[in-house]
Amino acid sequence: MREHTVLRVITKLLIAPIIIFALYVQFHGDYSPGGGFQAGVVFAAAIILYALIFGLAEARRAVSPDVLRITAALGVLLFAGTGVYAMLQGGNFLDYDYLAHDAIHGQHYGLLLVEFGVGLTVVSTITSIFYVFAGRGRRTNEHET
Amino acid sequence: MTTDIVLNIVLLSLMAITGLAIARLRNLFPVAMLTGLYSLLSASLFTLLDAVDVALTEAAVGAGVTTVLFLATFGLTRAREKPVARSRTVIGLVVTVLTGAALFYASLDMPHFGDRNTPVQDHPLRERYLSTVNEEIDVPNTVTAVLGSYRGYDTLGEVTVILTAGIGVLMLLGVAWRRPDKHKESDR
Repeated sequence: MREHTVLRVITKLLIAPIIIFALYVQFHGDYSPGGGFQAGVVFAAAIILYALIFGLAEARRAVSPDVLRITAALGVLLFAGTGVYAMLQGGNFLDYDYLAHDAIHGQHYGLLLVEFGVGLTVVSTITSIFYVFAGRGRRTNEHET
Repeated sequence: MTTDIVLNIVLLSLMAITGLAIARLRNLFPVAMLTGLYSLLSASLFTLLDAVDVALTEAAVGAGVTTVLFLATFGLTRAREKPVARSRTVIGLVVTVLTGAALFYASLDMPHFGDRNTPVQDHPLRERYLSTVNEEIDVPNTVTAVLGSYRGYDTLGEVTVILTAGIGVLMLLGVAWRRPDKHKESDR
């Protein structure tokens, strides 16, 4: 899509607000609609938009597929790890009351960490799936030409 | 209130028109675009129903990611539907009508729109969550509190499902990209 100047300029303008909105949905999820899953898909949509307009190779350079594989697992690990940490502090699995000196604070920390884990896994998984689909399509086209 | 009803009717009829248009088309590129439009319309419908988080997901996944995945798939396969023999379209029609009838019959069991006496409204757990969420968790968005804290196990399970699905797709499709030379002939 080298020749589509309008699309390229508009995309450049749009991607930053989309990512900021995703981060807002992620970290403001305690107060407003949304949470880790919604933030993850919006963030992934921003990466996919970038890949569509500037090419898959550029997107792979910006957000490496190898890193995504690690962060996808890291999200689940963060979620489960929060639960295990609560156990080590003397509570039940995923009982955030024990995460801090105060039960309410513990719940807030717990929700923040857990939602971040969800977001990390969702954005990594969706972007990885897009990468393999788009990568295969491109390779077939190169064969045909 | 009346504007809501008018908007609902307009959105639902637009969705029906989109569905009919998809059924008539044989070229699959416009079909992918129209399914994206369909998702966008249902996202608007969710917004009208005050389910903003569902609308966000529907708009990003349904209208965005899925459409792009469809288009990427057309790069691998054909973008035109194959003509089918008439005998097989009859089978398709019968299956569709039967499934539609079953779904319609099942929908009769669902509570009416805006009904006061649904499990969502009068189940004891609702009282439990809504009355104690302020002392126990103290976040304004009860949905986040329920999903993240009260139902943390479920959410952990869902995230694991997403990770597993991603691993599955990567195992099926990811290998060919990483070692293109070895699999050049085998995956054609």
